[in-house]
Amino acid sequence: MTQDPNARAQIEPTEVGANAAETGDRQLTAEGSPETPDAYGSHEISIQDLDFATLAEQGHTATKLDPLAPAVLSVDNLKMYFPVKSSGVVRRTIGHVQAVDGISFEVPKGGSLGLVGESGCGKSTTGRLITRLYKPTGGSMMFQGHDLAKLSSREMKPLRRDVQMIFQDPYTSLNPRHTVGTIVGAALEVHKIVPKNKVLPRVQELLEIVGLNPEHYNRYPNEFSGGQRQRIGIARALTLNPKVLVADEPVSALDVSIQAQVVNLLQDIQTEFDVSFLFIAHDLAIVRHFCPEVAVMYLGKIVEIGDRETIYGRPHHPYTQALLSAVPDVKQAAIGGRRERIRLEGDVPSPINPPSGCRFRTRCQFAQEICAKVEPPLLQIGPRHKAACHFAGELGSHPATPVTTQLLGVDDQGSPVAGATPTNTQLTIPGYEETWYDLKTKQTTGG
Amino acid sequence: MTSVPMTQSSAAERDAAEGPYLQVEDLKVTFPTQDGPVTAVSGLTYSVEKGKTLGIVGESGSGKSVSSMAVMGLHDAKSAQISGSIRVGGTEVVGLSESKMRGLRGNSMAMIFQDALAALHPFYKIGGQLEEAYLVHHSSASKRDARRKAIEMLDRVGIPQPDRRVDDFPHQFSGGMRQRAMIAMGLINDPSLLIADEPTTALDVTVQAQILDLLQDLQREFNSAVIIITHDLGVIAEMADDVLVMYAGRCVEYGTCKQILVAPEMPYTWGLLSSIPDVTASTDARLIPIPGNPPSLLRPPSGCSFHPRCVHSDKVPGDLCRTELPALLPASSGTAHLKRCHLADPLQIYRTEVLPEIAPELVEETR
Amino acid sequence: MFAYVVKRLISGVLVVTLVSMAIFLLFWFGPSSPAQPICDRETSNRCTQTKLALYEKTLGYDNPVYEEYGKYVKGIFVGRTLTIASNDYECGAPCLGVSFRTKQPVKEELVSRIPATFSIAIGGAFLYLLFGVPIGVAAAKRRGTVADKALVSSFLFISSIPYYLFALLTWLYLTITFEVPFFSDTGYFPITEVGPFKWFSGLFLAWVALGIFGCTQYTRFTRGAMVEALSEDYIRTAKAKGLPTRTIVYKHGLRAALVPVVTIFGIDFGTLLAGTIFTERIFEIQGIGWWSLEAVQGRDLPVVQATALFSAVVLIISNLLVDVVYSVLDPRVRLS
Repeated sequence: MTQDPNARAQIEPTEVGANAAETGDRQLTAEGSPETPDAYGSHEISIQDLDFATLAEQGHTATKLDPLAPAVLSVDNLKMYFPVKSSGVVRRTIGHVQAVDGISFEVPKGGSLGLVGESGCGKSTTGRLITRLYKPTGGSMMFQGHDLAKLSSREMKPLRRDVQMIFQDPYTSLNPRHTVGTIVGAALEVHKIVPKNKVLPRVQELLEIVGLNPEHYNRYPNEFSGGQRQRIGIARALTLNPKVLVADEPVSALDVSIQAQVVNLLQDIQTEFDVSFLFIAHDLAIVRHFCPEVAVMYLGKIVEIGDRETIYGRPHHPYTQALLSAVPDVKQAAIGGRRERIRLEGDVPSPINPPSGCRFRTRCQFAQEICAKVEPPLLQIGPRHKAACHFAGELGSHPATPVTTQLLGVDDQGSPVAGATPTNTQLTIPGYEETWYDLKTKQTTGG
Repeated sequence: MTSVPMTQSSAAERDAAEGPYLQVEDLKVTFPTQDGPVTAVSGLTYSVEKGKTLGIVGESGSGKSVSSMAVMGLHDAKSAQISGSIRVGGTEVVGLSESKMRGLRGNSMAMIFQDALAALHPFYKIGGQLEEAYLVHHSSASKRDARRKAIEMLDRVGIPQPDRRVDDFPHQFSGGMRQRAMIAMGLINDPSLLIADEPTTALDVTVQAQILDLLQDLQREFNSAVIIITHDLGVIAEMADDVLVMYAGRCVEYGTCKQILVAPEMPYTWGLLSSIPDVTASTDARLIPIPGNPPSLLRPPSGCSFHPRCVHSDKVPGDLCRTELPALLPASSGTAHLKRCHLADPLQIYRTEVLPEIAPELVEETR
Repeated sequence: MFAYVVKRLISGVLVVTLVSMAIFLLFWFGPSSPAQPICDRETSNRCTQTKLALYEKTLGYDNPVYEEYGKYVKGIFVGRTLTIASNDYECGAPCLGVSFRTKQPVKEELVSRIPATFSIAIGGAFLYLLFGVPIGVAAAKRRGTVADKALVSSFLFISSIPYYLFALLTWLYLTITFEVPFFSDTGYFPITEVGPFKWFSGLFLAWVALGIFGCTQYTRFTRGAMVEALSEDYIRTAKAKGLPTRTIVYKHGLRAALVPVVTIFGIDFGTLLAGTIFTERIFEIQGIGWWSLEAVQGRDLPVVQATALFSAVVLIISNLLVDVVYSVLDPRVRLS
């Protein structure tokens, strides 16, 4: 509450409103509205005055990395275990789904961290933990001096406005019986941030920011198209001036041509309001565009994290390499045929009983004995790059012997070496160190 | 195209001599509704040869699924009016009796669907559903034959322990395995035409790659004509020989995969290309959306259906885009490449205006 | 599956216990003394304080409530001897008390009333399933046509008539106005005593009333479930396989549509078995519904208690059966 006036000042429609009013799609919806309630099908829209150059200017290039941005959210060793009950007369807990198992990362202020991985890897659970839809089993989530993981629901309430979520499905995440105004304004009334008579102007302002016609506040979600509904979801998330937005597959339910509109809108919002994003998606290309930093998850763990150029250009973890090689590429049309890719055998193992040591080893072509015995630490191997692999290396140049033995005090087979002292104290910090472990020299280096 | 090395088989040569396996001509599908007739597909013409893959691209409501369902005869005769011609292996299926159509469906042509969990019956075992598909077209086969065939097909599509998994229910399979089972069911009668409607949309990338591999392997093995319907241009680029871009029920661009994705001549195709990021593209590439929303088919726009969303119509003199539907005419890159656009030199515009924004690294190469 | 049934049975027993307690307490703490009805009856409405005290004492109403409840429960398992005023009544296990009016053990009368009620319920349910489900399927196949619309609206009209009125009208028209011979003599006649013919004719009108009314409802349930099932993706798949329409509709569509219908039917049928008060009253069939109504009017507390407990047990069992059948029908439930 103390930050309230401040926060509201931030979102005054100075430049923002004006900007939003000029964007192409903003005009569309405004002019397409008059007679047809069927917002989806209105073709009265006219963009005759919009030429390609103007449109192109509104399209954004990939978000740039700000290496100096401080962390707004710092997640350390976060865990979420869901109990599995037996099916007998008495339901005992017979195991745990280790949905998220000890992950650490930082979300930079005003930046975005992408979270990628296949279904069941725990990326959506992570998003739900950060918005505290679940209470974590362990670990900490530091945000503005509070550990979100430890707060009770009541203590969490004032902080909820700062951490908001955008959901995947714009069809089910909006209550069909409420008007857009009610949906977007609900949080204002719950948190009693503005006096009752100011709710509507604020709602209209938000609708304008996300490129909807502010006069449509009294319409129902079913009168909007999928892309427009996702805009409503974004407006709802923005209502309380959040500091962090968790976007869980925000565009994957939308048509291709609409996806870009929404991604551009999210980029606009990020720059205007300095919001940090945790961007969860399975579409590696969208994540690459939106997030200067990316974490790759597999079976509840982060296997590789780093800046965009490293993760997409020089991935060191075999899983990241396999994942990237599997993405179909439009440019392949010029060459013809399929892209060469790394084939992964089998399915993802059960998170109830994950493989020992490295969780990826059962599907990894480089796996050796050590991988089953010792879990590879998420080791910093570059200025902004960490990978959790005993054989970390660029594609085609994975080392023949494990690179982690010295640090872990084990031999090449993963058995402990007598008298060796493991030196892995810095392995799980959320951010990056000044120094890192150089794979070639096997020494800690810096700068 | 080089992607599918089909030509070594003599069967393929013979088929090629007979002409395309599927020929669609001037297809029109109209649904009468309370608000008036909705023309979901109009004037659609394309063909697919055996061993070749046609990719159909478009947004929801573009008519890509409706047209394929018309080929399969899956529209309810009471609610859909279909005109034009669809020839499958020489047989005209528009107006064909339901019983004759039933003999073709699942037999010489099969379809696999996007959401395998919904598309498989939740109450019947995987094996039972496969056997049923086999038995309906092999009336003399015994239940045991059908079961053997089902296990064989599950094995063929790479399901481990097929003799055990055949007795599983769909919900016991993982997403990728369900889609494999769906493909096994589609191919159980060795169809010459396979229509895959968004076959990998709900799947993870590594699973998607496996399924696409499988489809290609099977196509090679059975020498079938394949149609892949998708909105993912990456999948199209890797799988299709020919590409058909649909918008508002019409074909707006048609050509080889390379022509469509490397030298597109229709602003809608440009829009699709510019509104998706790419894992290998330059980070200076801009993401440029197509403004607005897909049109209502109930009241389609006048002239070119795409004109209300087109940012290049200012380069066309007068009111042409608004008043006159452009014909599907040969493009500059070859006679097999057709486009529906009034722009005088679209390729020039694409290369000098669009490409520098969406793929600056490619500009040098194409000059 | 077995563990599930055991679990449900245990919880069922728990619910029955709670229901029996609730019923017991309700009468114990009622507006007048629980001995008042029997006192009034035995003294021809000249019940004095002294006499009332006598009845209360012999019936145990002066004891603490838990003690008497304990005796009641014990009686169910081993039987007991009940004393009313100066007379002792033997009440063998399972003892549900002795009727204030007939002085007979309630259990025996309950058992003798079951055949009538069950005959009505089974016959009625048989009829409405026999007609309701196929008509519903037929309507779903022709959804949107004039025939479908006419059927749905006329059935909706019948459904919206209160059942007692509908049953009364059936009785009125068929027995009085049109004097349909032979069926007019309604009632329950045991098949063992009068033969199947008389039994059938006595129940026929009740079945017709119940059958037609239930049929209109089940037609609508089935139609709704069927329309939903036929719009599922797997129906499109079945069609794409080249299956004949019959297989698509029945094997794929109806199989899925039956699940919700069976669920509703289980609950409905349980309610019927627990006593069809209106049907029994209107068609003069002396089953459990009739009996409980009579008991309420005559303030025959042990009988009211017993019928309430009986319907609780029947409903719990039918609910359990529905869940078991549900898991048989839907492998997703069975195997998770």
